[in-house]
Amino acid sequence: MKILILGAGQVGASVAEALASEANDITIVDQNREFLAALADRLDVRTVTGNAAYPNVLREAGIEDTDLLIAVTQSDQTNLVACKIARSLFNVSTRIARLRSPDLIEPGLLSNENFAVDYAICPEQDITDYIVKLVEFPEALQVLEFANGKVTLVGVRAKPDGLLVGKPIRTMREHLPAGVDARIAAIFREHQPIEPDGNTVIEPGDEVFLLAASRHIRPVLKELRRGREPVKRVMIAGGGNIGLRVAQALEDRYEIKIVEFDRRRAELIAGKLAHALVLSGSATDENLLAQENIDEIDMFLALTNDDEDNIMAASLAKRLGCRRVLALINRRAYADMVQGGPIDIGISPAQVSIGALLTHVRRGDVVKVHSLRRGAAEALELVAHGDKNSSKVVGRRIEELPKIHGAHIGAIVRTGKQAEAVLRDGIVDYQRIERVIIPHHDTVIESDDHVVVFCVRKREVAQVEKLFQVGFQFI
Amino acid sequence: MRRFFPLLRVFSVLLIGFSFCLAVPMAVSWYVDDGAHSAFDEAFLVTLMCGLALFLATHRERREMKVRDGFLLVVLVWTLLPLFACLPFWLHLDISFTDAYFEAASGLTATGATVLSGLDHMPLSINFWRTFSHWIGGMGVVVLAVAILPLLGIGGRQMFRAETPGPMKETSLTPRIAETAKGLWVVYLILTLACGLTLWTLGMQPWDAAMHAFTTMGLGGFSSKDASLGHFNSVEIEIAVMGFALLSGMNYATHFLALRQRTLSPYRRDAEIPYFLGVLAISILALTFYLQALGVFGEFGTALRYVAFHTISLATSLGLTTADYGQWPFFAQLWMLFLGSFIACSGSTGGGIKMIRAMILYKQLYRELLLALHPNAIWPVRIRSAVVPQHVVAGVMAFGFIYMVTIVTLTLLMTASGMDIVTGFSAIVATLNNTGPGLGQVGPAATFAVLSDFQTWLCALAMLLGRLEIFTLLVVLIPAFWRK
Repeated sequence: MKILILGAGQVGASVAEALASEANDITIVDQNREFLAALADRLDVRTVTGNAAYPNVLREAGIEDTDLLIAVTQSDQTNLVACKIARSLFNVSTRIARLRSPDLIEPGLLSNENFAVDYAICPEQDITDYIVKLVEFPEALQVLEFANGKVTLVGVRAKPDGLLVGKPIRTMREHLPAGVDARIAAIFREHQPIEPDGNTVIEPGDEVFLLAASRHIRPVLKELRRGREPVKRVMIAGGGNIGLRVAQALEDRYEIKIVEFDRRRAELIAGKLAHALVLSGSATDENLLAQENIDEIDMFLALTNDDEDNIMAASLAKRLGCRRVLALINRRAYADMVQGGPIDIGISPAQVSIGALLTHVRRGDVVKVHSLRRGAAEALELVAHGDKNSSKVVGRRIEELPKIHGAHIGAIVRTGKQAEAVLRDGIVDYQRIERVIIPHHDTVIESDDHVVVFCVRKREVAQVEKLFQVGFQFI
Repeated sequence: MRRFFPLLRVFSVLLIGFSFCLAVPMAVSWYVDDGAHSAFDEAFLVTLMCGLALFLATHRERREMKVRDGFLLVVLVWTLLPLFACLPFWLHLDISFTDAYFEAASGLTATGATVLSGLDHMPLSINFWRTFSHWIGGMGVVVLAVAILPLLGIGGRQMFRAETPGPMKETSLTPRIAETAKGLWVVYLILTLACGLTLWTLGMQPWDAAMHAFTTMGLGGFSSKDASLGHFNSVEIEIAVMGFALLSGMNYATHFLALRQRTLSPYRRDAEIPYFLGVLAISILALTFYLQALGVFGEFGTALRYVAFHTISLATSLGLTTADYGQWPFFAQLWMLFLGSFIACSGSTGGGIKMIRAMILYKQLYRELLLALHPNAIWPVRIRSAVVPQHVVAGVMAFGFIYMVTIVTLTLLMTASGMDIVTGFSAIVATLNNTGPGLGQVGPAATFAVLSDFQTWLCALAMLLGRLEIFTLLVVLIPAFWRK
């Protein structure tokens, strides 16, 4: 596929990286020559320097035979214009734009007659949602949703005194309340995946990924964390875009303190927050942290745009007695280095936001893609189409499917034949009942099932996608 | 002297306009033939002549006014118009000039403190003029002028800025100031009509209904009866007056927006209304239970009726009474008097420091306490979602301070001239807040006639200070104002 990426910032670079490894032709446009040079050194991509809102620059970047345009520059305006040009002059079939301002999501504004944006993504909002989930499920390393929130995947680190540790995983179900089912989708031990089966014994320090129906995830986690107190007090370091959004999303339910270094910025965000306490100062200043009772804080979120600051602030907070610390870390090397050490959770912003984008890039019927472990693994939600003849999966039992090493099916969401009446905005609406199935070896996949597939290494993704594609010869 | 000519020209136009206000009670006097018309004839002619003479002397100066001219004009209007407004009282009634000026100032500032007694037997036109002056003054003679003066091509915005009560003056409702002023007056007129018709249907005589509608909407306090609203002894009338007093105690800009957009959402967005109604509701309930516990009233319903009326009446600076609350425990009297110093919303016809300033002061206090706990905190003072700039907060704090200083200074002068502390203090608070009746010798059952001439002038000064929000009057008194 020929892909044109506009903007070589954090998002653009990580999109390029994710897609370059999947045999795509990628061209990147940016105004900053150094950014492009750094990318060209690392990846097999073409680069063009220039303003992405000009047709000439786009023509030079080969937009005429591009299949997919990804406009992820810093400026909403440039992204909108680029999409419009791509549609009007060059007829690019799929156009994705990053839009930071929620004001632009007006009905009709992004339609083909107007700005012609097929998919609008907002990385800041994706990261915010991701962090908010982690605050809601404080024991989790990652919380991801599939099938419109019906299925949830949670990553947790096994604690020495934890419920699961030292037992074979087939005994897990005994600890869960009746009617609650969950599946251990993957285990990573010292960064290496191990294929779990019923006899695998979880060791302290393992990263365990649990998959369950969303309404079951709370009881499951409750079992796991028995005796631990919920989060009440949260401190945020950095009042930038993400820090402010997270604070706004949390301030009604939690006690929030937010530390911002730039005094002007601090005054600005103080005006936008109703309850959160804005502090002006450095989050790496231990006196400030001590004065604000860091040892009473349940969760510390380091959300500045500087990796080193985030790591230092989070480590310091942990040392001063904060229960759980989380840091935004852009460089993967750093993240692998510190997660599990001084820092409980390291988040790679690019990997979080890229999931939404990858969904639109992938072939087949991919509904949702989530990067796991900062891009090392992936969880996909695919729709099975066709019948027993045209599809390689429909109508087959799971044990009959070709074995792909390192990939397996975690959950199936099936839309039932009957409809149930739901009251929505005062109007009775008929909605098909959706059922979450935790599959076993003899479960048969049906057409239109949403299947959540877990790939412990990225190289299996293409094979999985191919498996779910409907064969050409049968159409 | 020439630099004041443009200003005096505007003033002369206002004075001519004001003479026609005097013509209204004159017409009433002719119509009902109550024997007071000669006083009104003379007052009307004197005012008109003065205005015309001043206009002829200054009309050639067609220069745009400056902001400082606006301040001076406002001060001139409020100090000199009572001089003309008091002429009918002075000419017709057997009172001193001091008392006449006090009565007129009390009328135009919508205070409602009176030196007159025997109201029931007064000529109708005199009572009409007293309440009508409340009505004119309630919304401000100047705002009225703003609707007309721009047509004459003289600066309106400066005057409007000096006049509108409240700290947040930058919010304009319409692009043109004259449109705004007209809109506010239309709302005022509609509410007054509604009030008058309501009182009439509830059994008041037409003249009484009109006069009490004027006094209610202006949040004044003059009545045509010695027993004030208690004369009618009707629960329905009291409820109607309470309702319209509450409406008038809210920001007229909010009424205006609601009327123009035909929705109630401006009321929900108004930051002051929840506090305005909340503090009143809590005060009414607390005082009712307090008085009930002390056995002042026999029944709970009776207690609620009188407490609710007087709390609303005094807090909004209306000042009508239905009973002698001077007989109530002192704490209750003091509380109601105290409420009058901050309850009324900005942009209302009420007095005091206004609810918005009280909110800002409270939030600033909270901010200071919070900063003591968290020295690094950034905690802006906010009204709804808007951040109040620090210079506005500083202005409000200065205002709060000067308000206290004014009360203390004037109270000291009252006691120095031989007045007892309760009467002296309450008379100053009641006049500075434009409420009306005070406590002790100037309580609801008495009048301000007991004051000496000096004390009467002090209270008149307090009324003007209160109506001009102190700063406007003080600004023309500092030397820097007069330097070129």
